[in-house]
Amino acid sequence: MSILVIAEHDNASIKAGTLNTLAAAQAIGGDIDLLVVGSGCAAAAEAGAKLAGVSKVRVADAAHYADGGAENVAALVVANAAGYTHILAPASTSGKNVMPRVAAQLDVAQISEIVAVVSADTFRRPIYAGNAIATVQSADPVKVITVRTTGFDAVSETGGSGSVEALDAAADTGLTKLVNRDLTKSERPELGAAGVIVSGGRGLGSGENYHSLLEPLADKLNAALGASRAAVDAGYVPNDYQVGQTGKIVAPQLYVAIGISGAIQHLAGMKDSKVIVAINKDEEAPIFQVADYGLVADLFEAVPALTAALG
Amino acid sequence: MKILVPVKRVVDYNVKVRVKADASGVDIANVKMSMNPFDEIAVEEAVRLKEAGVATEVIAVSCGVAQCQETLRTAMAIGADRGILVQTDEELQPLAVAKLLKSLVEKEGPQLVILGKQAIDDDANQTGQMLAALLNLPQATFASKVAIADGKATVTREIDGGLETLSMSLPAIVTTDLRLNEPRYATLPNIMKAKKKPLETVTPADLGVDVAPRLKTLKVEEPPKRSAGVKVADVAELVAKLKNEAKVI
Repeated sequence: MSILVIAEHDNASIKAGTLNTLAAAQAIGGDIDLLVVGSGCAAAAEAGAKLAGVSKVRVADAAHYADGGAENVAALVVANAAGYTHILAPASTSGKNVMPRVAAQLDVAQISEIVAVVSADTFRRPIYAGNAIATVQSADPVKVITVRTTGFDAVSETGGSGSVEALDAAADTGLTKLVNRDLTKSERPELGAAGVIVSGGRGLGSGENYHSLLEPLADKLNAALGASRAAVDAGYVPNDYQVGQTGKIVAPQLYVAIGISGAIQHLAGMKDSKVIVAINKDEEAPIFQVADYGLVADLFEAVPALTAALG
Repeated sequence: MKILVPVKRVVDYNVKVRVKADASGVDIANVKMSMNPFDEIAVEEAVRLKEAGVATEVIAVSCGVAQCQETLRTAMAIGADRGILVQTDEELQPLAVAKLLKSLVEKEGPQLVILGKQAIDDDANQTGQMLAALLNLPQATFASKVAIADGKATVTREIDGGLETLSMSLPAIVTTDLRLNEPRYATLPNIMKAKKKPLETVTPADLGVDVAPRLKTLKVEEPPKRSAGVKVADVAELVAKLKNEAKVI
C-alpha cells in the first residue's frame, strides 16, 4: 500500500487536521507520503517531514498554488497520483473542494468523511447527518478519501524524519481567480481543533447577548466559540461559527451548549464530544438526551454565575 | 443564457430515519420525500437570476426513480421552466450522476450549473466538483453570494475561518451553501402552472453513461448511542462535577 496525504497548511506550518488524516493513513497501513502544495511553503514542508509516520514530503511550490484553488491543486494531485493506492485529505472545506475533482479526473469514486478504517478497501462513514453509519467497500484501483478528523486521534507532530522532495508544478489552469479572502481574526482556538467549545443557540435572544454572555465564559475556559444553525440564521454570529451537519463537525473534550435546543442537525455536529454540558430553561429540550450534565435554568442567570464560579 | 439545476429527491429533512433490522440500509418505505434543501436553494438562485434578467431559461434535472418527477414539479413550481428526468431504478452514486449531468450540459449548453453542495441522505458533497472536473470547468463550491456580469461569475464562498471571493469565466459550476438565499414557498397557482410545464424523460443508456456503482455498501448501522447523563441542581454542582468527576476543567 502506498498512500498520499494532502497536507492542509498555511505555508508556514501544518494545520491540525492533517495530523488526524495521517492517523487514518496509518490505520490503512503502508508507506505514507505527504503532499505540500503552496507558494513559499518550504517551512510547512519541513514541518511536514517531522510528523510521525511520514516517509517522504513532496512539495510543489509555485505562485499559482498560493490560493489553494481546487482546479490547480487537483491537477497537480492527478499528475502525481501514479503509484498510490490511496489519496487522503482532511474533510475540511478545502479537502471537500479538491478531492471530488481529483476522483472524477481519475474516474474513481470518492469516499467522503470516513470515521474508521475497516480494511484497506473498506471504510465506515456517517450518512443521514450521522443518524446511520455505512460500511462501504471500494473496488476502484485508487481510493480517494476525505477523513473526518474527529474520527481519528492525531499523530505526533514530532519524531518523524521524512525526506523532502521537490515536485514540478503543473501548468496553471487559470480557471479561477481569487478576488478577496476575508478570514475571521480571533485569538481563540480554532473551532475544529479546540479542546473546549462554548456554543450558543437561539435561547440567547440576540447577537449582543451572545457576545456579552459567552465571551467571558469562553475566556475563562480558553474555549472556541460555536453556535447552532438557528443562532447563525438569526444573524447572531457568522456562519463559520456553525456546529452541525451543515457546519463544522467537532469533538472537543468539553462542549458547553447554551440555549441550544438540540436539533438533529446540531447533534450531528457535536455528539462525539467527550463531555457535553447543556444549559437550557426547557427541561424537555432534546439536548438533554445527549448531555452528560444538564442544568435546567435561565441561561441569563446561570451563565454569568458559571463564569464567576470558574474564578 | 441557460442555467441547469440538478435536484435530488431525498428523505425529508424533518424525518428521523431508521436503520433496517437487517442492516441493509435505512428504511425509506412510506417516508416523506422532498427536494434536497440545498437543491431548493439552487433552484431559487437560478430563478432569481432569471427574474433579474441575467438568465433566459432555467432547466431542472433529476436523476433517479420515476417519482423524481414530483421533485422536478416542485422545482418548476418555484420557477424552473422545464424539467428533465434521467430515469433509472439503479442506485446512483455521485460519479455516475456527474457523468449523466455532463452529458446533459453538453446537450443543453448552459452557462451556469447550480447544484446543492451536498445531499442530506448520503452527505457526499461531491457531485458539483466532479461535474466541474469532467467538463474541465471552474468551480465555486459552498457559495453564499453569486453575481453574474460580463460573461463572468463572481462567487463568495464559505470556507473554514471565513469567506473568499472567486472570479471565473462562464460556463462555470456553482454549489450552494445555506446562506445563499431563502427559497420561496411555491404558491398554489404556481404549483398548478408547474403541472403544465414540459418534462422530458431520458435514460442513462440514452445518454450513453454507465452508472454502475463503484462503492458497495456492506452494511448500515445505528451510530453508537449516547445516553443522557444527569441533571445538576445548580451552577455550583455543575462546576464540582466538571472538576471532580469529568475532570475536564
